[in-house]
Amino acid sequence: MKKKNVIVIGGGPAGIEIAQILSNYSCNVTLFEKEPQVGGQIKRIDKLFPDFIVQDEMMQKLISNLEKTDIQIHTDTEIKDIEQIDNIWHLKTNKEEAFTADAVVLATGFKTFDPKYKEELGYGIYPGVITTLEFEDMLKAGKIQTSAGEEPRRIAFLNCVGSRDEKVGNHYCSRVCCINAVKQSIETKELLPNAEVFCFYMDLRMSGQFYEELYRKSQEKHGVNYIRGRISEASSTFDHRIQIKSEDTLAGLPLKMTVDLLVLMIGVEASEGTTNLSAKAGILGEYGFAKSLSLHLKDNLTKKEGLFLAGACKRPSTLREVIADARAAAFEVVNYLKMEING
Amino acid sequence: MDSWGFSIAKTRTIDIDSVDFKVLARLTDKVPSAKRCIMCGACAATCSAANFVDFSFRKTHLLFHRGQFSNISEELDKCMLCGKCKLVCLRGVNTRAIIYNLRIILNDMNYKRIAL
Repeated sequence: MKKKNVIVIGGGPAGIEIAQILSNYSCNVTLFEKEPQVGGQIKRIDKLFPDFIVQDEMMQKLISNLEKTDIQIHTDTEIKDIEQIDNIWHLKTNKEEAFTADAVVLATGFKTFDPKYKEELGYGIYPGVITTLEFEDMLKAGKIQTSAGEEPRRIAFLNCVGSRDEKVGNHYCSRVCCINAVKQSIETKELLPNAEVFCFYMDLRMSGQFYEELYRKSQEKHGVNYIRGRISEASSTFDHRIQIKSEDTLAGLPLKMTVDLLVLMIGVEASEGTTNLSAKAGILGEYGFAKSLSLHLKDNLTKKEGLFLAGACKRPSTLREVIADARAAAFEVVNYLKMEING
Repeated sequence: MDSWGFSIAKTRTIDIDSVDFKVLARLTDKVPSAKRCIMCGACAATCSAANFVDFSFRKTHLLFHRGQFSNISEELDKCMLCGKCKLVCLRGVNTRAIIYNLRIILNDMNYKRIAL
């Protein structure tokens, strides 16, 4: 029997995991990644919530599994076009190369919200306002500092930047930011025990296992302060600190404070690749994400035969969910192509 | 002096920059469980005193956390130390010990208190 061709688009955790699993079956797997290296967006993270596993080590395990296989990996290659003709998928890259496949897995993931759209929060205007990813860079370097190179005395985290916000067109919750703010506030207190840490939230959504415990630990052990209320605006003081205004909605009073760093917990949006390819394949869902056939039972299938979804191209997801989803998608691909496991 | 019939209102804004967090630390050193409070309001909902007077332990506790001490002594006077709030607290906060210690702390700071 002729070997089937499977193409995986996206070399993040989902793409790596599904490609690696499918390589054990009777098919040729090709993996496309638009960046020079596989790994995806998670590479920028220092430690993972809720157990503070070092991200690099975890991803190295996934990547070393991938390297043991005979998968063709095309880095620096973006899929620009996707079309199904007579049950065969035809793909075109940015290098004008053409590929065909019997099954395609979309693992094109997400991008983060650009906080410049929320001008009132001062991102890109005041150097003291940074994103959670920029803060993660500091944690990776093991040193939290202001733009002037000083040790911050007070840090505020603001949740729901670009999520649950009608004004930027995102009605949904990004799911990962609440717990990420808890994680980062604990890491802040570990590096700077004397710094004051404030978390501003609309709701704290500690929905995963051990999240609530971590939140409790951040209060009890590390003394992180939580304020229910949204920061309405950030402005600079004469000494280049950031003044923030909010309502303490539980006290029913306006509140203001000066901070050295304001960390914006930017939300999750569909990546350009996700939106573009979903649109071209005719499976575009809400907010630019890809739409699966059915949320509960057919979440890896699409209305197009032979096109499968894995990971955060469907919705904001945690790393645990993405890997579990990639494995589930692999099962669907194997079923669809009726493939045998390699002997 | 002429009275014009109006005065300048004191700002209602909580200014965290002017808060002395050492006072809060005095409480949390004595009652570490105070740090666990998530302001759910179960204490205030079950409060025996709140059935008869305008009193919310949740709000009083929150204002203390935000360094707003001005009305707290008067508020605490309404508490009968029955401890019902402690029984219902989901986070195991020793609310009764908080009230007891707040009275001592505020007394030391020369805020008004009742005789214990």
